[in-house]
Amino acid sequence: MIALNEEPKLVTLINTTEDAFARQVCESYGDKAENLLEILHAVQYEHGFISDGALRTIAYQVNISRAEIHGVVSFYHDYKREKQARQTIKICRAEACQAVGVDSLIKEAEQNFDVKLDGGGKEIALQAAYCLGNCALGPAVMIDNELYGRVDIEKLKHISMKHREGSRS
Amino acid sequence: MSVKVYVPCDAAALSVGADDVAAKIAKLGGDKVDIIRNGSRGMLWLEPLVEVETPKGRVAYGPVTSKDVESLFETDFLKGGDHELGHGLTEHIPYFKNQERLTFARVGVIDPLDINAYEANGGIAGLTKALKMTPEDIVEEVLKSGLRGRGGAGFPTGIKWKTALAQTDSQKYMCANADEGDSGTFADRMLMEGDPFSLIEGMVIGGLGIEADTGYIYIRSEYPHAIKTMRKAIEIWENKGLSGRHDDGTPRFKLHVRVGAGAYICGEESSMLESLEGKRGQVKVKPPIPAIKGLFDKPTIVNNVLTLGSVPFILANGASAYAEYGQGRSKGTQPFQLAGDIKQGGLVEKAFGVTLDELVNNYGGGTRSGRPIKAVQAGGPLGGYIAPKGFNVEMGYETLAEQGAMLGHGGLVVYNDTTNMAKMARYAMEFCEIESCGKCTPCRVGSVRGKETIDKIMAGNNVAANVEILEDLCDLMEEASLCAMGGLTPMPVRTAMKIFPDEFKGPVKEAAE
Repeated sequence: MIALNEEPKLVTLINTTEDAFARQVCESYGDKAENLLEILHAVQYEHGFISDGALRTIAYQVNISRAEIHGVVSFYHDYKREKQARQTIKICRAEACQAVGVDSLIKEAEQNFDVKLDGGGKEIALQAAYCLGNCALGPAVMIDNELYGRVDIEKLKHISMKHREGSRS
Repeated sequence: MSVKVYVPCDAAALSVGADDVAAKIAKLGGDKVDIIRNGSRGMLWLEPLVEVETPKGRVAYGPVTSKDVESLFETDFLKGGDHELGHGLTEHIPYFKNQERLTFARVGVIDPLDINAYEANGGIAGLTKALKMTPEDIVEEVLKSGLRGRGGAGFPTGIKWKTALAQTDSQKYMCANADEGDSGTFADRMLMEGDPFSLIEGMVIGGLGIEADTGYIYIRSEYPHAIKTMRKAIEIWENKGLSGRHDDGTPRFKLHVRVGAGAYICGEESSMLESLEGKRGQVKVKPPIPAIKGLFDKPTIVNNVLTLGSVPFILANGASAYAEYGQGRSKGTQPFQLAGDIKQGGLVEKAFGVTLDELVNNYGGGTRSGRPIKAVQAGGPLGGYIAPKGFNVEMGYETLAEQGAMLGHGGLVVYNDTTNMAKMARYAMEFCEIESCGKCTPCRVGSVRGKETIDKIMAGNNVAANVEILEDLCDLMEEASLCAMGGLTPMPVRTAMKIFPDEFKGPVKEAAE
């Protein structure tokens, strides 16, 4: 969809270079501010987070202030401003999963992976999700957009490993 | 001749290994089997539910893991042979047989992206009729059916549509709210993954009804499978010219999928519309209502997925066929979702009027853990708790409201007797704190103070005074919040306090696990 063979153009932005990928995404969405969520999704999918450079580039392309874009990015839980762990495990801690003991799964996972829920991490991060729509088969977990049900700590270790191996190969 | 074997591609089925099962069946069956990936029948505790087509009908096996596949072949399951995982004919399983499936008629039956199967099973009939009707007649039909908003507010759909039709703007929008964030609900997801064309058809009919030529489906990012299925379905639908064509070949009714970004509040319609415009999903003050001034300031209809998914049936079979179901002012059927600690969790579509007891105990079979039920939370994170002595309530918008609870989006979360209700009340406030859009003070600040106050109560700190403060705070949030987020967060808190007052009297000994 997006041609990556173009040379990035120079823009006069302070202290940062333009993010060529972000510019191309914006252009593919017609540089329209109404498509901001889609643009942010695409940039984050590529880079893993919204960098300063990407934020400035998007602001320039869609012609709204950086503050406004920061407002949008910080409003939505999905968008990240920092580099993320190599693997993010989303654990549903909404009511239906609480009813089948997700609180203890979270404790076990924190211990096992040596990270805190929503506390970041370099290799693995645990992120709370508020409903993954698998409420009859909880506790539910999502890794790399793949959904898992009836998860206990053994199953979680297994699927976490499976996805890490999958991403290396 | 190869035998048709159905293995669901619904996200819930995939979450327990449906892909592995399908792969194993393909490997062992070779060209003897023709694998069809259908939606889910909604009997989620049996997923992955494998069905084999036999002359007598489809025979069900479940829950099948990839390890069971070999023994299925050994018992000749391709001819419907007996197996310990066998359940006989799918449509004779009481859980399924006793439902009244109008909106979910095709879910689990067909390959979700097979447009011919969609048409062969009653699809497109509603649209065909609508194309011969005037917009006024379409709106009138929906009005007469008594269909009300299935997202939770329960506003009559026909009245909403009538308002939008009355606007003279040349640009109007038809939007589907697929930001199904309530815990305990998954019906929108199942419909989008299992029968996406019914949502599209409902939106196209809506477009004809209010004279809109553009539609948006706002799907939450937590639903990657639904997003993928909807995008493919729209492509298939538009390539077939089912939305009509302009002279230049573009569809007369253009549909777009937009993906949310993890904000519960975007299920509130004004917030959703802000989000669709690429902004922060902050709630807007009404009036003006979206039907008059909505997306990009144009008349806009925002309907829930289930509401729109019910429209094709209404047009195809007539308003009275739909209104025959239900009771009082709650007409038609509701896809109920059984979740939490429940033995037979899944989706049950029944006419309004079914009792909570029938849903939770007869269909659901009690708890999965085998422990007694303590309470059911009806209607999502903002809905009230109902204790077993209130289970004879007939499910409907008004009947539940009389109990201090609500129907919401039809989700039922079951809790067993180990649940600490003060902790659940605290979670309700915490959830509001996390998901508040921040526009109005009662919700933004009230939720934080509510959480702190419950912490004090749980710690046994000045309990009587703090309970009074909490009551007062709930009053204020209910009265002064801008939208349902802050306005209804007190509902779970208050019902928990009312039904289980003893748990709000200081430190509760953690129940044994």
